[in-house]
Amino acid sequence: MSTNLTLIIVAGVLVGSGVTLILERSLTRILVGFVLAGNGLNTMFLVAAGASGRAPILGQGDGPMSDPLPQAMVLTAIVITLGTTAFGLALAYRSWQLTGTDDVQDDLEDDLIRRRALHDDVSSTYEDQDATQLPDEEGFDEGGFDDGRVRDTPAEEDA
Amino acid sequence: MISFILLHFVAAAVAPALAPRFDRRIFLLLALVPAATFVWLLPRVADVLAGQTQTETLTWIPQLGLNVDLTLNPLSGVLALLVTSIGALVLVYCAWYFREGDTEIWRFSAVLTAFAGSMLGLVLADNIYLLFIFWELTTVLSYLLIGHNPERRANRIAAMNALLVTTFGGLSMLVGLIILHITTGETTLSGLMTNPPESSAIVTAAVMLVLVGALSKSALLPFHFWLPGAMAAPTPVSAYLHAAAMVKAGVYLVALLAPVYASTPGWRPVLVTLGISTMILGGLRALRQYDAKLLIAYGTVSQLGFLIAIVGLGTQSAAFAGIAMLCAHALFKSALFLIVGVIDRSAGTRDIRELSGLRKKRPTLFVATVAATSSMAGLPPLFGFTAKEAVFNAFLDANTDLGWGGWGTAALIGILAGTVLTIAYSLRFVWGVFGDKPGLDDTPLREFSVFFKAVPIFLAFCSVAAGFAGGWLAKTFTAYSAQFPAGAHEPVLTLWHGFTPALGLTIVCILLGVALFVGRHPVAWFQHLLVDNLPFPDAERGYRTTLRGLDRLAIEITGRTQRGSLPVYLGIVVLVVAILPGSAMVRAWEPPEFYLFDNRIQLAAGAIMVVAAVLTVRSRRRLRAVLMVGVTGYGMALLFAASGAPDLALTQVLIETFLLVTFVLVVRRLPPFFSDRPFNIARWVRVAIGAATGIAVAGFGIIATNARIFEPISTNWAKPAKEYGGGTNIVNVALVDIRAWDTLGELSVLVVAATGVASLIFLITDRSGIQKRPHRVVTPDSNDWLSANLHDDRRSLVFEIVTRVVFHAVIVFSIYLMLSGHNSPGGGFAGGLVVGLALMIRYLAGGREELDNAAPVDAGMVLGTGLAVAALAGLLPTLLGGDVLQTATIDIPIPLFGELHLVTSVFFDVGVYLVVVGVALDVLRSLGSGIDEQIEDEEAVST
Repeated sequence: MSTNLTLIIVAGVLVGSGVTLILERSLTRILVGFVLAGNGLNTMFLVAAGASGRAPILGQGDGPMSDPLPQAMVLTAIVITLGTTAFGLALAYRSWQLTGTDDVQDDLEDDLIRRRALHDDVSSTYEDQDATQLPDEEGFDEGGFDDGRVRDTPAEEDA
Repeated sequence: MISFILLHFVAAAVAPALAPRFDRRIFLLLALVPAATFVWLLPRVADVLAGQTQTETLTWIPQLGLNVDLTLNPLSGVLALLVTSIGALVLVYCAWYFREGDTEIWRFSAVLTAFAGSMLGLVLADNIYLLFIFWELTTVLSYLLIGHNPERRANRIAAMNALLVTTFGGLSMLVGLIILHITTGETTLSGLMTNPPESSAIVTAAVMLVLVGALSKSALLPFHFWLPGAMAAPTPVSAYLHAAAMVKAGVYLVALLAPVYASTPGWRPVLVTLGISTMILGGLRALRQYDAKLLIAYGTVSQLGFLIAIVGLGTQSAAFAGIAMLCAHALFKSALFLIVGVIDRSAGTRDIRELSGLRKKRPTLFVATVAATSSMAGLPPLFGFTAKEAVFNAFLDANTDLGWGGWGTAALIGILAGTVLTIAYSLRFVWGVFGDKPGLDDTPLREFSVFFKAVPIFLAFCSVAAGFAGGWLAKTFTAYSAQFPAGAHEPVLTLWHGFTPALGLTIVCILLGVALFVGRHPVAWFQHLLVDNLPFPDAERGYRTTLRGLDRLAIEITGRTQRGSLPVYLGIVVLVVAILPGSAMVRAWEPPEFYLFDNRIQLAAGAIMVVAAVLTVRSRRRLRAVLMVGVTGYGMALLFAASGAPDLALTQVLIETFLLVTFVLVVRRLPPFFSDRPFNIARWVRVAIGAATGIAVAGFGIIATNARIFEPISTNWAKPAKEYGGGTNIVNVALVDIRAWDTLGELSVLVVAATGVASLIFLITDRSGIQKRPHRVVTPDSNDWLSANLHDDRRSLVFEIVTRVVFHAVIVFSIYLMLSGHNSPGGGFAGGLVVGLALMIRYLAGGREELDNAAPVDAGMVLGTGLAVAALAGLLPTLLGGDVLQTATIDIPIPLFGELHLVTSVFFDVGVYLVVVGVALDVLRSLGSGIDEQIEDEEAVST
């Protein structure tokens, strides 16, 4: 099967432009890039469908029909775009509300981990063993108990 | 057997619900479960000892060899009786140990019962994978029990140590069991015993891996350090864990495999050496403890070493002595822990430096303690004595039974050293808890119900009674030890067998033990001198270093790889897509065939789209980027129309229009320009990655289309679409018929996305309060074209009139689109989107009040109804004898009019329609009305 040159160029340019925008930090740009790349990939479905024909509806005209399978897939993709784009827009708006821009910032937690790595430090959840402390079913750590053995007076006891 | 194991878990599941009603009495209720199991097991174990093995099988996953195979043999029968009896007694004890109104009872009682059930399953399991499952269940549940009070750091660490060490061992055991399964083809323990593998290096490795599991579970060197920490659990748990459960699992596994696998190279040297070393180490540590509970915890470490050394020896007399010692240990160790629990609750401390004068105040408890401790020390006339004599005999015979020469004597000396230490720390325990300390006032004691101490006293009594029941018990134990070849002497369990070497050894041990206790101060000084000045290898330190190293490694790797930058992550993902399949593409490249276009409209639309795409990337104004991407969207619709896809073209135009307005609704709030980013190298990198991806994707498309040699499967769809799907529009029939599952999934995604949008704008977790009652809004220049008017000069009279005129017609048209979609372009998606646009027009013309008037319903209701309708329509065909989501055609005769031709997928399409309407309404309410309201609130604040 030979390839529709026009459509393949359109698909390539749209995907390329879309990816360029997705690599930006502004959520609006990322979202626009997302839609752009989506359009490019939908074009790719048309390429895969092969030579176009009449609409795949029975009893309307003669001649070869277009391939209905890619069309069914693209229809799903188009509608999903509505949902994801609306959600992305809400995210961008919320981000603007909170930070004044819709730019995606670097993750602070990851930066903290990098600093720990630089200082040859252990993770924040690592608990080093302390030989001076004894495990016990009661009591707790905080406070200046010399051996940690604190016992609450029970409210009531059997006679 | 299966039902009794299940009963434990059912009881554990309902315990949290019952706990608030019964408070600590819940334990008495739960104790009935293991007690009933014990009663049920008793006659069956008697049958088993008489020679009939009982099995039960339930097929589970036969492809993996994983079935619920349970078996009752002489060994597992004895263990099961121990597990259930001590389990029931410990639960009874809990009913007085815990304080009334303790808030943790609901959780604790459930976990403890489940733990008892897992332990029962472990000893009854015959299938190796089932054994592993129960094995790890006890691990996880013991983690929860040890971490009962997580507020102490030491407790958290102790629980984590137990989890890590025993899970490590469990996994090692699993590998060993898998190797044995592969080499023999057997998946049951009984099969592995009757059909053992040929001796080979791989089998030896497998057996050693299994032993690692047993040793870690039983806290032997070098895994011993997790067990003393396990005393962080409430004392009844410690009693159960140390006496009958968890740590006994390792001893049980060794005892179970010993009859066949003891001859594996390395088995005896490893187990006997590690066992004796652990026995001596545990004894030495126990001598240094001041906390009574910790003292007997180290005592358990020592005793476990003792047990493993005996059952690992693998002779008939050793097996006999081993199982006797196992039972004796279960009785005295549970009694001792429970006594410590009573003392702890009465005196408020377990420190033997603070306890004094208890012998006079608690005479019964003192007698019980002396009995249990004497059994531990191996003094006559107690069970521990008869068992220990049997052990001495087994090791005395080791030279002849195994032909060990001097090694047997060396092992015996080690055992004797351990026994001396056991006697010394037993004395230390009795003296420490009950002795009068000079210069210390009598410890004030709190009084408790007599039932509190009933269980430990009963257990201590059992130690005494079993000492006299040696002859009867011997028959029980012989059933297991008979699997071994006979040794030099017949093993016996008796209080008096004449002036034998074993009795002589006992007397020597007692004398030395007493001497060690009397001279405890110089001994302690000497111990400290040795420990402080000699570089002993420390397993615990090695373990800690490993853990810390792992943590550091994770930090380094995370720090280097996880940069936290979205563009970097996406860039790497996209680059991998372009480079990996891209390079494969370059290698597979063949000169492709092209044709320019199907028609000129494609060329025109394509050219517009390419220009718009480039302009989108270059635009610095937000609005321009949005408009340009809209142009590519409409170009897309044109392409669809020109390529024989009218449904796609229709849907694309509707979606694009809706999205464009939505974009503008949000972008009106955002800054007009994208944040200023310097025109630097990073930008060129982005463009290069984008270009590479675009080229790669285009290349894939060219290769894929050129490689195609078969007819598309959809060429055969025409007939079934009409006959099964009941429609002529093949695309829409496919969506609601063969792709209906996919469409249903898509609807769910839409519902989730719409809910997410509403939550992000309104910051709510439920939907109440979004929807407003419809109401007329009257402004000075109101007219009757719309029920609500915009308040300010933004309104347009022409827009209002047009809206009023077209709205209802558009709604009717949308219903027509939905219903006709089966035979011509349209369908539920297109119909729903048309409604969305109609609502959007009302909103734009009259503001958010007008939207509420146009659609006085909650968007969530519409979404939910739509999804429910679609799901029910999918289930409908099952009532007519079809599959889920199969299209069924119903012809209903209507008098005068003929027949109504009803296709069930129409109902499915109604669901689709409603979901799309709901999404549109939600988006308009959130990104339209919601943002409007926030703008007005801000204006109100600023003025």
